[in-house]
Amino acid sequence: MLALDIRDLKKTYKNGVEALRGVSLQVEQGDFFALLGPNGAGKSTMIGIISSLVNPSAGQVTICGHDLQAKRAEAMASIGLVPQEVNFNQFERPLDIVSHQAGYYGIPRSEALERAEYYLNKLALWDKHDKPSRSLSGGMKRRLMIARAMVNQPKLLILDEPTAGVDIEIRRSMWSFLNEINRQGTTVILTTHYLEEAESLCRNIAIIDHGRIVENTDIKTLLAKLDVETFVLDLRAPIQQLPSSEGIHFHLRDDTTLEASLPKERSLNTLFAALAGNGIEVLSMRNKSNRLEELFMRLVESEQPSGAAV
Amino acid sequence: MNHAEVNWVGYRTLMRKELTRILRIWGQTLVPPAITMSLYFIIFGNLIGSRIGDMGGFDYMQFIVPGLVMMSVIQNSYGNMVSSFFGAKFGRHIEEILISPLPNWIVLLGYMSGAVARGLMVGAVVTGVALFFTDIHVHNWLVTLSVVLLTAVVFALAGMVNAIFAQKFDDIAIIPTFVLTPLTYLGGVFYSVSLLPEFWQHVSAVNPILYMVNAFRYGMLGVSDVPLLTSYLIIFGFIALLTGFCLWLLRKGVGLRS
Repeated sequence: MLALDIRDLKKTYKNGVEALRGVSLQVEQGDFFALLGPNGAGKSTMIGIISSLVNPSAGQVTICGHDLQAKRAEAMASIGLVPQEVNFNQFERPLDIVSHQAGYYGIPRSEALERAEYYLNKLALWDKHDKPSRSLSGGMKRRLMIARAMVNQPKLLILDEPTAGVDIEIRRSMWSFLNEINRQGTTVILTTHYLEEAESLCRNIAIIDHGRIVENTDIKTLLAKLDVETFVLDLRAPIQQLPSSEGIHFHLRDDTTLEASLPKERSLNTLFAALAGNGIEVLSMRNKSNRLEELFMRLVESEQPSGAAV
Repeated sequence: MNHAEVNWVGYRTLMRKELTRILRIWGQTLVPPAITMSLYFIIFGNLIGSRIGDMGGFDYMQFIVPGLVMMSVIQNSYGNMVSSFFGAKFGRHIEEILISPLPNWIVLLGYMSGAVARGLMVGAVVTGVALFFTDIHVHNWLVTLSVVLLTAVVFALAGMVNAIFAQKFDDIAIIPTFVLTPLTYLGGVFYSVSLLPEFWQHVSAVNPILYMVNAFRYGMLGVSDVPLLTSYLIIFGFIALLTGFCLWLLRKGVGLRS
């Protein structure tokens, strides 16, 4: 069974903005799915419709086998949502926020408190359970929203840019938690601007732009489409002149930092041979940018109308 | 778990959340009406009332107690709904409820119960304050309790309509300031409409608050300017109308879902 089945979803806002122009998307149960797209592409509108905060103009959404229109209660009981912006009452305590959310899903009070304690512990927030939530840091607030979204133990968890603005350590701990719940069977849909996050966490991916899905495949297939890779080389000594080698493009960032772009089918030995031939000694080497980011930019740029301002 | 169980737990959760809020900010919810009404009792009841003499067969202080209790109930049930629901909308934590499986009628019932609870709590506090100034005898408990409860329901529902349409904090102050307060003051809280010239008696007859205040006064004192049955019909009519309108607004997602 599909965790999420979207058919020809359209949304036109009252001001005439067409946010979604016939989106169809299927997410398998147990998947870790990335939904990527530039700002204003339609990601949040799509999540809004799935979570019933936005009314669709046309189309059908089925969540874990339940049609959102016909079986709203069952569909909503199957999902948990971590929104982009903080949307809890900042005058309430974390324990109340999470346990009340459980209550809205029909979980009796005693069990709601147990679950709230479990998830607040799991997300390292239990020592703050009794404090006003407005006193929490930005990262804590995001973790609190994850705890709240998990308290009904949803089959499908949707996270809208959950790691935006949080430090590396917290981001890593969130990744670890998301991986754990995904291993336990929860389907996870993630939107993010950190493309390395999508590359390291997700198995499948959809890229949305201008209200349309422009790519929907698994990460490996998508990355295989990348035909040129760029490496950054740190050199032992400064160089004045660029080396040359057929098929390899060199660019000097500064005296001791060289960028080399070569087609995927070319062996790295060719690169090192060219460098050695020019007497250049390499101290270290790394990928210039996230591979997914390059693909993302290509896909999104190819959707831009010609002559559009960038 | 079936729908009925989910709804029942959801309703109790909404109630608990509302009651917690009311009691957490008791300095804003329960104390101000007690102070305001004490001033009314001192100024209108004691100082001015002693010169007015009897009204409707009772001394003036006794006459205004039902009106002032009702005024507190109206203002606080309305105010609680407006501030709580609009606050949830403004702070976007209403989304916690909108994404849950709870049906709209449970959401309405939960918020309404919270608003009614605050109206009744404040009504009880004001009644307690009134005991410092005069003796209170209840003529008919059933009428007294049913009218105060149903009136709180009417204004909780009206507050929901205001909160749904409100887009900024100014919008939740306009109706209480320019509609509710004048209607309450002109609704026979401080006087019997029989004192008014005939023309103004007819004008007063279109004020629904007049019927609620007088029905409550009948429950407490046994006197009323309007027939009791008319009061109940008007109250039930408003409840039916406002409930239907609120549910329609929630189903459409007006002000809540884009």
